Amino acid sequence: MIDFNHVTKVFNEDIKAVNDISFHVPEGNIVVFLGPSGCGKTTTLRMVNRLESITEGTISVNGNHVNDLNPIELRRNIGYVIQHNGLFPNMTIEQNVMAVPDLLGWDRKKKKDRFHYLMDLVGLNPDEFRKRYPHELSGGQQQRIGIIRAMAADPPVMLMDEPFGALDPIIRSHIQNEFLQIQEEVQKTILFVSHDIDEAIKMGDKVAIFRDGSLMQYDAPDEILAHPTNDFVRKFVGKDRALKSLSLHSVQDLVNEQSLMQASETGKHRKTVFIDTNLKDALSILLNQEAEQLVIQSEEKTIGALTIHDIETYLHEKIM
Amino acid sequence: MQELWNYMVDNQAQIWTYTLEHIQLVGLAVVIAIAIGVPLGIYLTTNDYLAETVLQMANVMITIPSIALFGIMIPILSLIDQGIGFVPAVIALILYSQLPIIRNTYVAIKNVDPHIRDAAKGIGMNTMQKLRKVEIPNALPVIMAGVRQAVIMNIGIGAIAAFIGAGGLGVLINQGISRSNTTMVLAGAIAISILAIAVDLLLGLFQKKMTPKGLE
Repeated sequence: MIDFNHVTKVFNEDIKAVNDISFHVPEGNIVVFLGPSGCGKTTTLRMVNRLESITEGTISVNGNHVNDLNPIELRRNIGYVIQHNGLFPNMTIEQNVMAVPDLLGWDRKKKKDRFHYLMDLVGLNPDEFRKRYPHELSGGQQQRIGIIRAMAADPPVMLMDEPFGALDPIIRSHIQNEFLQIQEEVQKTILFVSHDIDEAIKMGDKVAIFRDGSLMQYDAPDEILAHPTNDFVRKFVGKDRALKSLSLHSVQDLVNEQSLMQASETGKHRKTVFIDTNLKDALSILLNQEAEQLVIQSEEKTIGALTIHDIETYLHEKIM
Repeated sequence: MQELWNYMVDNQAQIWTYTLEHIQLVGLAVVIAIAIGVPLGIYLTTNDYLAETVLQMANVMITIPSIALFGIMIPILSLIDQGIGFVPAVIALILYSQLPIIRNTYVAIKNVDPHIRDAAKGIGMNTMQKLRKVEIPNALPVIMAGVRQAVIMNIGIGAIAAFIGAGGLGVLINQGISRSNTTMVLAGAIAISILAIAVDLLLGLFQKKMTPKGLE
Protein backbone atom coordinates (compact mmCIF):
# COMPACT_ATOMS: atom_id res chain seq x y z
CA MET A 1 0.00 0.00 0.00
CA ILE A 2 2.75 2.42 1.00
CA ASP A 3 6.31 1.85 -0.17
CA PHE A 4 9.40 3.68 1.02
CA ASN A 5 12.19 3.17 -1.46
CA HIS A 6 15.68 4.41 -0.44
CA VAL A 7 14.21 7.57 1.03
CA THR A 8 16.64 10.24 2.20
CA LYS A 9 15.92 13.69 3.59
CA VAL A 10 18.64 16.32 3.91
CA PHE A 11 17.96 19.66 5.62
CA ASN A 12 20.03 22.74 4.82
CA GLU A 13 22.31 20.76 2.51
CA ASP A 14 24.19 18.93 5.25
CA ILE A 15 21.88 17.70 8.01
CA LYS A 16 20.72 14.19 7.20
CA ALA A 17 17.35 13.76 8.94
CA VAL A 18 16.42 10.53 7.20
CA ASN A 19 19.02 8.22 5.75
CA ASP A 20 18.21 5.75 2.98
CA ILE A 21 15.23 3.94 4.44
CA SER A 22 13.17 1.33 2.61
CA PHE A 23 10.18 -0.65 3.77
CA HIS A 24 6.70 -1.74 2.74
CA VAL A 25 3.48 -1.02 4.62
CA PRO A 26 0.72 -3.54 3.85
CA GLU A 27 -2.85 -2.36 3.36
CA GLY A 28 -4.95 -2.15 6.53
CA ASN A 29 -1.95 -2.20 8.87
CA ILE A 30 -1.00 0.22 11.60
CA VAL A 31 2.73 0.85 11.40
CA VAL A 32 4.20 2.69 14.36
CA PHE A 33 7.32 4.82 13.80
CA LEU A 34 9.17 4.62 17.07
CA GLY A 35 12.33 6.29 18.33
CA PRO A 36 13.78 9.07 20.48
CA SER A 37 13.11 12.68 19.47
CA GLY A 38 15.12 13.84 16.50
CA CYS A 39 15.39 10.33 15.05
CA GLY A 40 13.61 11.25 11.81
CA LYS A 41 10.28 9.54 12.45
CA THR A 42 8.15 12.69 12.09
CA THR A 43 10.08 13.84 9.03
CA THR A 44 9.50 10.43 7.43
CA LEU A 45 5.79 10.73 8.14
CA ARG A 46 5.58 14.25 6.73
CA MET A 47 7.23 13.23 3.47
CA VAL A 48 4.29 10.94 2.73
CA ASN A 49 1.85 13.85 2.27
CA ARG A 50 4.65 16.12 1.04
CA LEU A 51 4.64 18.50 3.98
CA GLU A 52 8.37 17.83 3.66
CA SER A 53 10.02 17.34 0.31
CA ILE A 54 11.86 14.11 -0.45
CA THR A 55 15.56 14.70 -1.10
CA GLU A 56 16.29 11.29 -2.62
CA GLY A 57 14.38 8.08 -3.22
CA THR A 58 10.66 7.61 -3.69
CA ILE A 59 7.55 7.10 -1.62
CA SER A 60 4.56 5.57 -3.32
CA VAL A 61 1.00 5.26 -2.08
CA ASN A 62 -1.14 2.66 -3.84
CA GLY A 63 1.42 2.41 -6.60
CA ASN A 64 1.58 6.16 -7.32
CA HIS A 65 4.73 8.09 -6.53
CA VAL A 66 3.72 10.96 -4.25
CA ASN A 67 6.02 13.33 -6.13
CA ASP A 68 3.96 12.75 -9.28
CA LEU A 69 0.74 13.83 -7.58
CA ASN A 70 -0.62 17.30 -6.94
CA PRO A 71 0.26 17.96 -3.28
CA ILE A 72 -3.13 19.54 -2.48
CA GLU A 73 -5.08 16.58 -3.90
CA LEU A 74 -2.68 14.13 -2.29
CA ARG A 75 -3.26 15.67 1.16
CA ARG A 76 -7.03 15.64 0.74
CA ASN A 77 -6.79 11.88 0.17
CA ILE A 78 -4.66 11.24 3.23
CA GLY A 79 -6.01 11.77 6.75
CA TYR A 80 -3.74 13.83 8.98
CA VAL A 81 -3.82 13.96 12.78
CA ILE A 82 -1.32 15.86 14.96
CA GLN A 83 -0.52 15.88 18.64
CA HIS A 84 -1.97 19.27 19.47
CA ASN A 85 -5.17 18.25 17.67
CA GLY A 86 -4.81 21.28 15.34
CA LEU A 87 -8.52 22.01 15.41
CA PHE A 88 -9.44 25.39 13.96
CA PRO A 89 -10.54 27.52 16.94
CA ASN A 90 -12.69 29.80 14.77
CA MET A 91 -14.80 26.93 13.45
CA THR A 92 -17.52 24.91 15.15
CA ILE A 93 -17.04 21.19 15.73
CA GLU A 94 -19.13 20.39 12.67
CA GLN A 95 -17.16 22.80 10.48
CA ASN A 96 -13.92 21.31 11.78
CA VAL A 97 -14.94 17.72 11.11
CA MET A 98 -16.32 18.61 7.69
CA ALA A 99 -13.28 20.69 6.67
CA VAL A 100 -12.06 18.24 4.01
CA PRO A 101 -15.53 17.37 2.61
CA ASP A 102 -16.04 21.15 2.34
CA LEU A 103 -12.86 21.45 0.29
CA LEU A 104 -14.06 18.58 -1.85
CA GLY A 105 -17.45 20.26 -2.38
CA TRP A 106 -19.73 17.60 -0.87
CA ASP A 107 -23.43 18.47 -0.72
CA ARG A 108 -25.14 19.29 2.56
CA LYS A 109 -27.02 16.04 3.00
CA LYS A 110 -23.92 13.93 2.46
CA LYS A 111 -21.93 16.05 4.92
CA LYS A 112 -24.64 15.86 7.56
CA ASP A 113 -24.90 12.07 7.33
CA ARG A 114 -21.15 11.68 7.46
CA PHE A 115 -20.91 13.97 10.50
CA HIS A 116 -23.49 11.86 12.35
CA TYR A 117 -21.74 8.63 11.43
CA LEU A 118 -18.34 9.89 12.56
CA MET A 119 -19.56 11.37 15.84
CA ASP A 120 -21.33 8.09 16.65
CA LEU A 121 -18.08 6.27 15.92
CA VAL A 122 -16.29 8.13 18.74
CA GLY A 123 -19.28 8.18 21.05
CA LEU A 124 -20.01 11.91 20.95
CA ASN A 125 -23.55 13.18 20.51
CA PRO A 126 -23.67 14.95 17.11
CA ASP A 127 -26.50 17.32 18.04
CA GLU A 128 -24.94 18.27 21.34
CA PHE A 129 -21.55 19.11 19.86
CA ARG A 130 -22.39 20.39 16.38
CA LYS A 131 -22.47 24.09 17.24
CA ARG A 132 -19.82 24.06 19.93
CA TYR A 133 -16.26 25.32 19.58
CA PRO A 134 -13.02 23.40 20.19
CA HIS A 135 -12.09 25.34 23.35
CA GLU A 136 -15.31 24.18 24.99
CA LEU A 137 -14.24 20.53 24.75
CA SER A 138 -11.96 18.47 26.99
CA GLY A 139 -8.56 17.33 25.71
CA GLY A 140 -9.82 13.82 25.04
CA GLN A 141 -12.87 15.07 23.16
CA GLN A 142 -10.73 17.43 21.08
CA GLN A 143 -8.44 14.59 20.11
CA ARG A 144 -11.41 12.43 19.10
CA ILE A 145 -12.61 15.27 16.88
CA GLY A 146 -9.10 15.57 15.44
CA ILE A 147 -9.21 11.88 14.53
CA ILE A 148 -12.62 11.92 12.88
CA ARG A 149 -11.71 15.10 11.00
CA ALA A 150 -8.90 13.09 9.43
CA MET A 151 -11.36 10.29 8.57
CA ALA A 152 -14.06 12.63 7.25
CA ALA A 153 -13.59 12.03 3.53
CA ASP A 154 -12.87 8.33 4.16
CA PRO A 155 -9.24 8.41 3.00
CA PRO A 156 -7.58 4.98 2.67
CA VAL A 157 -4.41 6.21 4.37
CA MET A 158 -3.98 8.11 7.62
CA LEU A 159 -0.91 9.81 9.09
CA MET A 160 -0.93 10.29 12.84
CA ASP A 161 1.84 12.28 14.52
CA GLU A 162 1.83 11.40 18.23
CA PRO A 163 -1.95 11.71 18.25
CA PHE A 164 -2.33 10.75 21.90
CA GLY A 165 0.88 12.32 23.19
CA ALA A 166 -0.74 15.25 24.97
CA LEU A 167 -3.32 13.21 26.88
CA ASP A 168 -3.05 11.95 30.45
CA PRO A 169 -2.35 8.21 30.80
CA ILE A 170 -5.87 7.06 31.68
CA ILE A 171 -7.56 8.94 28.85
CA ARG A 172 -4.77 7.96 26.48
CA SER A 173 -5.26 4.28 27.17
CA HIS A 174 -9.01 4.67 26.77
CA ILE A 175 -8.72 6.44 23.41
CA GLN A 176 -6.13 3.92 22.21
CA ASN A 177 -8.61 1.10 22.83
CA GLU A 178 -11.39 3.07 21.22
CA PHE A 179 -9.22 3.77 18.20
CA LEU A 180 -8.26 0.10 17.81
CA GLN A 181 -11.96 -0.78 17.79
CA ILE A 182 -12.63 1.83 15.13
CA GLN A 183 -9.72 0.50 13.11
CA GLU A 184 -11.29 -3.00 13.21
CA GLU A 185 -14.24 -1.47 11.43
CA VAL A 186 -12.59 0.94 9.01
CA GLN A 187 -9.35 -0.95 8.18
CA LYS A 188 -7.26 2.08 7.21
CA THR A 189 -3.59 1.94 6.39
CA ILE A 190 -2.07 3.99 9.17
CA LEU A 191 1.36 5.44 9.84
CA PHE A 192 1.59 6.37 13.50
CA VAL A 193 4.46 8.26 15.14
CA SER A 194 5.16 7.54 18.79
CA HIS A 195 8.03 7.73 21.27
CA ASP A 196 6.34 5.35 23.67
CA ILE A 197 7.31 1.69 23.34
CA ASP A 198 4.17 0.52 25.17
CA GLU A 199 1.97 2.47 22.80
CA ALA A 200 3.86 1.04 19.84
CA ILE A 201 3.38 -2.55 21.04
CA LYS A 202 -0.28 -1.95 21.71
CA MET A 203 -1.18 -0.09 18.52
CA GLY A 204 1.21 -1.46 15.93
CA ASP A 205 0.77 -4.37 13.52
CA LYS A 206 4.35 -3.51 12.76
CA VAL A 207 6.87 -1.24 14.43
CA ALA A 208 9.65 0.69 12.70
CA ILE A 209 12.40 1.71 15.10
CA PHE A 210 14.42 4.76 14.05
CA ARG A 211 17.71 6.10 15.25
CA ASP A 212 19.51 9.16 13.88
CA GLY A 213 17.56 8.97 10.65
CA SER A 214 18.20 5.29 10.01
CA LEU A 215 15.78 2.42 10.26
CA MET A 216 17.06 0.03 12.96
CA GLN A 217 14.40 -2.66 12.80
CA TYR A 218 11.05 -3.13 11.08
CA ASP A 219 9.03 -6.03 12.43
CA ALA A 220 5.91 -7.13 14.24
CA PRO A 221 5.94 -6.07 17.92
CA ASP A 222 6.47 -9.58 19.31
CA GLU A 223 9.39 -10.12 16.91
CA ILE A 224 11.00 -6.87 18.05
CA LEU A 225 10.60 -7.82 21.69
CA ALA A 226 11.78 -11.39 21.22
CA HIS A 227 14.58 -10.76 18.75
CA PRO A 228 15.94 -7.21 18.80
CA THR A 229 18.45 -6.95 15.96
CA ASN A 230 20.99 -4.78 17.78
CA ASP A 231 21.92 -3.19 21.09
CA PHE A 232 20.08 0.04 20.37
CA VAL A 233 16.77 -1.74 19.84
CA ARG A 234 17.42 -3.98 22.86
CA LYS A 235 18.02 -0.92 25.05
CA PHE A 236 15.15 1.01 23.56
CA VAL A 237 12.54 -1.68 24.15
CA GLY A 238 13.77 -1.99 27.73
CA LYS A 239 14.93 -4.66 30.16
CA ASP A 240 11.36 -5.73 30.71
CA ARG A 241 10.88 -6.81 27.11
CA ALA A 242 9.96 -10.32 28.24
CA LEU A 243 7.18 -8.89 30.37
CA LYS A 244 6.06 -6.58 27.60
CA SER A 245 5.85 -9.43 25.16
CA LEU A 246 3.57 -11.31 27.54
CA SER A 247 1.03 -8.52 26.98
CA LEU A 248 0.83 -9.58 23.33
CA HIS A 249 -0.29 -13.10 24.23
CA SER A 250 -3.52 -14.19 25.88
CA VAL A 251 -4.30 -17.11 28.15
CA GLN A 252 -5.99 -18.62 25.11
CA ASP A 253 -2.64 -18.67 23.25
CA LEU A 254 -1.09 -20.53 26.16
CA VAL A 255 -3.98 -22.99 26.39
CA ASN A 256 -3.51 -23.77 22.69
CA GLU A 257 0.07 -24.88 23.39
CA GLN A 258 0.06 -26.36 26.85
CA SER A 259 -2.40 -28.37 28.87
CA LEU A 260 -3.62 -26.84 32.10
CA MET A 261 -3.73 -28.64 35.40
CA GLN A 262 -7.01 -29.46 37.08
CA ALA A 263 -8.33 -26.53 39.12
CA SER A 264 -8.30 -27.46 42.79
CA GLU A 265 -11.73 -27.29 44.32
CA THR A 266 -10.66 -25.73 47.58
CA GLY A 267 -8.17 -23.20 48.90
CA LYS A 268 -8.43 -19.45 49.17
CA HIS A 269 -5.28 -18.92 47.12
CA ARG A 270 -7.07 -18.83 43.84
CA LYS A 271 -8.47 -16.15 41.59
CA THR A 272 -10.62 -16.40 38.52
CA VAL A 273 -9.85 -14.79 35.15
CA PHE A 274 -11.30 -15.06 31.66
CA ILE A 275 -9.53 -16.82 28.86
CA ASP A 276 -8.99 -13.62 26.80
CA THR A 277 -6.92 -11.99 29.58
CA ASN A 278 -3.40 -11.24 28.41
CA LEU A 279 -0.55 -13.09 30.05
CA LYS A 280 1.05 -9.96 31.50
CA ASP A 281 -2.13 -9.18 33.41
CA ALA A 282 -2.50 -12.82 34.43
CA LEU A 283 1.04 -12.80 35.81
CA SER A 284 0.41 -9.52 37.64
CA ILE A 285 -2.64 -10.99 39.33
CA LEU A 286 -0.69 -14.07 40.37
CA LEU A 287 2.04 -11.88 41.87
CA ASN A 288 -0.11 -9.15 43.40
CA GLN A 289 -2.76 -11.36 44.92
CA GLU A 290 -0.32 -13.96 46.22
CA ALA A 291 -2.48 -16.53 44.49
CA GLU A 292 -1.00 -19.92 43.76
CA GLN A 293 -3.17 -20.54 40.78
CA LEU A 294 -5.51 -18.73 38.45
CA VAL A 295 -8.75 -20.46 37.60
CA ILE A 296 -9.45 -19.95 33.92
CA GLN A 297 -13.00 -19.36 32.80
CA SER A 298 -14.21 -19.80 29.27
CA GLU A 299 -17.85 -19.22 28.44
CA GLU A 300 -18.78 -19.59 32.11
CA LYS A 301 -17.05 -22.95 32.39
CA THR A 302 -13.91 -23.58 34.36
CA ILE A 303 -11.36 -25.13 32.06
CA GLY A 304 -8.37 -25.45 34.36
CA ALA A 305 -5.83 -23.59 36.45
CA LEU A 306 -2.72 -21.61 35.59
CA THR A 307 0.44 -21.13 37.67
CA ILE A 308 3.45 -18.86 37.40
CA HIS A 309 5.40 -21.88 36.26
CA ASP A 310 3.08 -22.38 33.24
CA ILE A 311 3.60 -18.80 32.13
CA GLU A 312 7.36 -19.15 32.52
CA THR A 313 7.40 -22.28 30.39
CA TYR A 314 5.30 -20.65 27.71
CA LEU A 315 7.56 -17.58 27.69
CA HIS A 316 10.71 -19.64 27.20
CA GLU A 317 9.33 -22.07 24.69
CA LYS A 318 7.11 -19.91 22.59
CA ILE A 319 8.18 -16.28 22.90
CA MET A 320 11.84 -15.70 23.68
CA MET B 1 -18.05 77.15 31.43
CA GLN B 2 -21.42 78.75 30.82
CA GLU B 3 -19.89 80.67 27.96
CA LEU B 4 -18.57 77.46 26.37
CA TRP B 5 -21.95 75.76 26.69
CA ASN B 6 -23.72 78.75 25.13
CA TYR B 7 -21.23 78.79 22.28
CA MET B 8 -21.75 75.14 21.51
CA VAL B 9 -25.52 75.41 21.65
CA ASP B 10 -25.57 78.54 19.48
CA ASN B 11 -23.27 77.01 16.88
CA GLN B 12 -24.77 73.52 16.92
CA ALA B 13 -25.42 73.36 13.20
CA GLN B 14 -21.90 74.51 12.32
CA ILE B 15 -20.31 72.03 14.74
CA TRP B 16 -22.35 69.20 13.20
CA THR B 17 -21.18 70.15 9.74
CA TYR B 18 -17.54 70.16 10.87
CA THR B 19 -18.06 66.81 12.63
CA LEU B 20 -19.44 65.25 9.47
CA GLU B 21 -16.51 66.62 7.48
CA HIS B 22 -14.16 65.18 10.06
CA ILE B 23 -15.81 61.75 9.90
CA GLN B 24 -15.69 61.83 6.10
CA LEU B 25 -12.01 62.70 6.06
CA VAL B 26 -10.99 60.04 8.60
CA GLY B 27 -13.45 57.45 7.24
CA LEU B 28 -12.22 57.69 3.67
CA ALA B 29 -8.56 57.66 4.76
CA VAL B 30 -9.03 54.56 6.93
CA VAL B 31 -10.97 52.63 4.31
CA ILE B 32 -8.18 53.22 1.78
CA ALA B 33 -5.55 52.50 4.44
CA ILE B 34 -7.18 49.13 5.21
CA ALA B 35 -7.35 48.30 1.51
CA ILE B 36 -3.59 48.89 1.28
CA GLY B 37 -2.38 47.85 4.72
CA VAL B 38 -4.13 44.52 5.29
CA PRO B 39 -3.09 42.84 2.02
CA LEU B 40 0.40 44.31 2.41
CA GLY B 41 0.64 43.02 5.99
CA ILE B 42 -0.45 39.57 4.84
CA TYR B 43 2.01 39.57 1.97
CA LEU B 44 4.84 40.58 4.31
CA THR B 45 4.35 37.38 6.34
CA THR B 46 5.76 35.52 3.34
CA ASN B 47 8.84 37.73 2.99
CA ASP B 48 10.78 38.41 6.19
CA TYR B 49 13.37 40.65 4.60
CA LEU B 50 10.82 42.95 3.00
CA ALA B 51 8.75 42.90 6.19
CA GLU B 52 11.57 44.44 8.18
CA THR B 53 12.12 47.21 5.62
CA VAL B 54 8.45 48.09 5.26
CA LEU B 55 7.79 48.08 9.00
CA GLN B 56 10.83 50.34 9.52
CA MET B 57 9.52 52.73 6.90
CA ALA B 58 6.08 52.81 8.50
CA ASN B 59 7.79 53.43 11.83
CA VAL B 60 9.67 56.41 10.44
CA MET B 61 6.53 57.71 8.77
CA ILE B 62 4.71 57.95 12.07
CA THR B 63 7.49 60.03 13.63
CA ILE B 64 7.16 62.81 11.05
CA PRO B 65 5.19 65.67 12.67
CA SER B 66 1.87 65.97 10.87
CA ILE B 67 2.25 69.68 10.21
CA ALA B 68 5.59 68.95 8.49
CA LEU B 69 4.06 66.17 6.41
CA PHE B 70 1.34 68.53 5.21
CA GLY B 71 4.08 71.04 4.39
CA ILE B 72 6.05 68.50 2.34
CA MET B 73 2.97 67.50 0.38
CA ILE B 74 2.00 71.02 -0.68
CA PRO B 75 4.71 71.39 -3.37
CA ILE B 76 4.36 67.79 -4.51
CA LEU B 77 0.58 67.79 -4.85
CA SER B 78 0.62 71.31 -6.32
CA LEU B 79 1.81 69.62 -9.50
CA ILE B 80 -1.70 68.21 -9.88
CA ASP B 81 -3.34 71.32 -8.44
CA GLN B 82 -4.19 69.65 -5.14
CA GLY B 83 -1.59 71.36 -2.93
CA ILE B 84 -4.02 72.13 -0.16
CA GLY B 85 -7.42 70.85 0.93
CA PHE B 86 -9.03 67.45 1.20
CA VAL B 87 -6.69 65.36 -0.97
CA PRO B 88 -3.38 66.00 0.85
CA ALA B 89 -5.17 65.57 4.18
CA VAL B 90 -6.50 62.15 3.17
CA ILE B 91 -3.11 61.09 1.86
CA ALA B 92 -1.39 62.12 5.09
CA LEU B 93 -3.92 60.20 7.18
CA ILE B 94 -3.49 57.12 4.99
CA LEU B 95 0.26 57.26 5.54
CA TYR B 96 -0.13 57.57 9.31
CA SER B 97 -2.58 54.65 9.41
CA GLN B 98 -0.17 52.29 7.72
CA LEU B 99 1.95 51.48 10.77
CA PRO B 100 -0.78 50.22 13.10
CA ILE B 101 -2.63 48.42 10.32
CA ILE B 102 0.34 46.76 8.60
CA ARG B 103 2.07 45.92 11.87
CA ASN B 104 -1.00 44.42 13.50
CA THR B 105 -1.93 42.43 10.40
CA TYR B 106 1.62 41.12 10.06
CA VAL B 107 1.95 40.19 13.73
CA ALA B 108 -1.54 38.68 13.92
CA ILE B 109 -1.04 36.41 10.92
CA LYS B 110 2.48 35.46 12.03
CA ASN B 111 1.19 34.54 15.48
CA VAL B 112 -1.49 32.10 14.33
CA ASP B 113 -0.63 28.85 16.13
CA PRO B 114 1.80 26.91 13.89
CA HIS B 115 -0.03 23.65 14.69
CA ILE B 116 -3.24 25.07 13.28
CA ARG B 117 -1.38 26.26 10.20
CA ASP B 118 0.22 22.82 9.82
CA ALA B 119 -3.16 21.13 10.16
CA ALA B 120 -4.69 23.43 7.53
CA LYS B 121 -1.91 22.61 5.09
CA GLY B 122 -1.92 18.93 6.02
CA ILE B 123 -5.60 18.41 5.29
CA GLY B 124 -5.12 19.91 1.84
CA MET B 125 -5.99 23.61 1.92
CA ASN B 126 -4.20 25.72 -0.67
CA THR B 127 -2.62 29.04 0.29
CA MET B 128 -5.75 31.13 -0.32
CA GLN B 129 -8.05 28.71 1.48
CA LYS B 130 -5.67 28.59 4.41
CA LEU B 131 -5.72 32.40 4.59
CA ARG B 132 -9.45 32.79 4.16
CA LYS B 133 -10.68 29.94 6.34
CA VAL B 134 -8.05 29.78 9.04
CA GLU B 135 -5.42 32.52 9.22
CA ILE B 136 -7.50 35.67 8.72
CA PRO B 137 -10.40 34.62 11.00
CA ASN B 138 -7.97 33.75 13.78
CA ALA B 139 -6.01 36.99 13.25
CA LEU B 140 -9.07 39.22 13.00
CA PRO B 141 -9.24 40.50 16.60
CA VAL B 142 -5.65 41.77 16.42
CA ILE B 143 -6.11 43.26 12.94
CA MET B 144 -9.23 45.05 14.17
CA ALA B 145 -7.31 46.42 17.15
CA GLY B 146 -4.84 47.98 14.69
CA VAL B 147 -7.66 49.53 12.65
CA ARG B 148 -9.18 50.92 15.82
CA GLN B 149 -5.89 52.45 16.84
CA ALA B 150 -5.47 54.01 13.37
CA VAL B 151 -8.95 55.53 13.45
CA ILE B 152 -8.51 57.12 16.87
CA MET B 153 -5.09 58.46 15.95
CA ASN B 154 -6.49 59.90 12.71
CA ILE B 155 -9.31 61.69 14.48
CA GLY B 156 -6.63 63.58 16.45
CA ILE B 157 -4.32 64.21 13.49
CA GLY B 158 -7.31 65.17 11.35
CA ALA B 159 -7.71 68.29 13.48
CA ILE B 160 -4.44 69.62 12.08
CA ALA B 161 -5.67 69.10 8.52
CA ALA B 162 -7.77 72.23 8.99
CA PHE B 163 -4.55 74.23 8.64
CA ILE B 164 -4.33 73.19 4.99
CA GLY B 165 -7.99 73.84 4.39
CA ALA B 166 -9.33 70.29 4.61
CA GLY B 167 -12.18 71.31 6.92
CA GLY B 168 -13.35 69.30 9.89
CA LEU B 169 -13.45 70.11 13.59
CA GLY B 170 -9.89 71.48 13.42
CA VAL B 171 -11.37 74.59 11.79
CA LEU B 172 -12.77 75.65 15.19
CA ILE B 173 -9.34 75.33 16.78
CA ASN B 174 -7.58 77.01 13.90
CA GLN B 175 -9.93 79.97 13.82
CA GLY B 176 -10.08 80.14 17.60
CA ILE B 177 -6.32 80.49 17.77
CA SER B 178 -6.13 83.18 15.12
CA ARG B 179 -8.92 85.16 16.81
CA SER B 180 -7.60 84.51 20.33
CA ASN B 181 -10.99 82.99 21.10
CA THR B 182 -10.39 80.40 23.84
CA THR B 183 -14.01 79.33 23.87
CA MET B 184 -13.87 78.38 20.21
CA VAL B 185 -10.63 76.44 20.68
CA LEU B 186 -12.11 74.59 23.63
CA ALA B 187 -15.30 73.81 21.77
CA GLY B 188 -13.27 72.27 18.91
CA ALA B 189 -11.07 70.27 21.28
CA ILE B 190 -14.04 68.93 23.25
CA ALA B 191 -15.96 68.02 20.10
CA ILE B 192 -12.94 66.08 18.79
CA SER B 193 -12.52 64.27 22.11
CA ILE B 194 -16.18 63.27 22.21
CA LEU B 195 -15.98 62.07 18.61
CA ALA B 196 -12.88 60.01 19.41
CA ILE B 197 -14.45 58.40 22.47
CA ALA B 198 -17.73 57.68 20.68
CA VAL B 199 -16.00 56.12 17.66
CA ASP B 200 -13.75 54.06 19.92
CA LEU B 201 -16.73 52.63 21.76
CA LEU B 202 -18.49 51.91 18.49
CA LEU B 203 -15.44 50.18 17.01
CA GLY B 204 -15.04 48.23 20.26
CA LEU B 205 -18.53 46.81 19.77
CA PHE B 206 -17.82 46.14 16.11
CA GLN B 207 -14.56 44.37 17.00
CA LYS B 208 -16.44 42.13 19.40
CA LYS B 209 -19.01 41.32 16.76
CA MET B 210 -16.34 40.52 14.18
CA THR B 211 -14.42 38.19 16.50
CA PRO B 212 -15.24 34.55 15.65
CA LYS B 213 -17.25 32.99 18.48
CA GLY B 214 -14.73 30.28 19.10
CA LEU B 215 -12.05 32.83 19.99
CA GLU B 216 -13.98 34.65 22.69
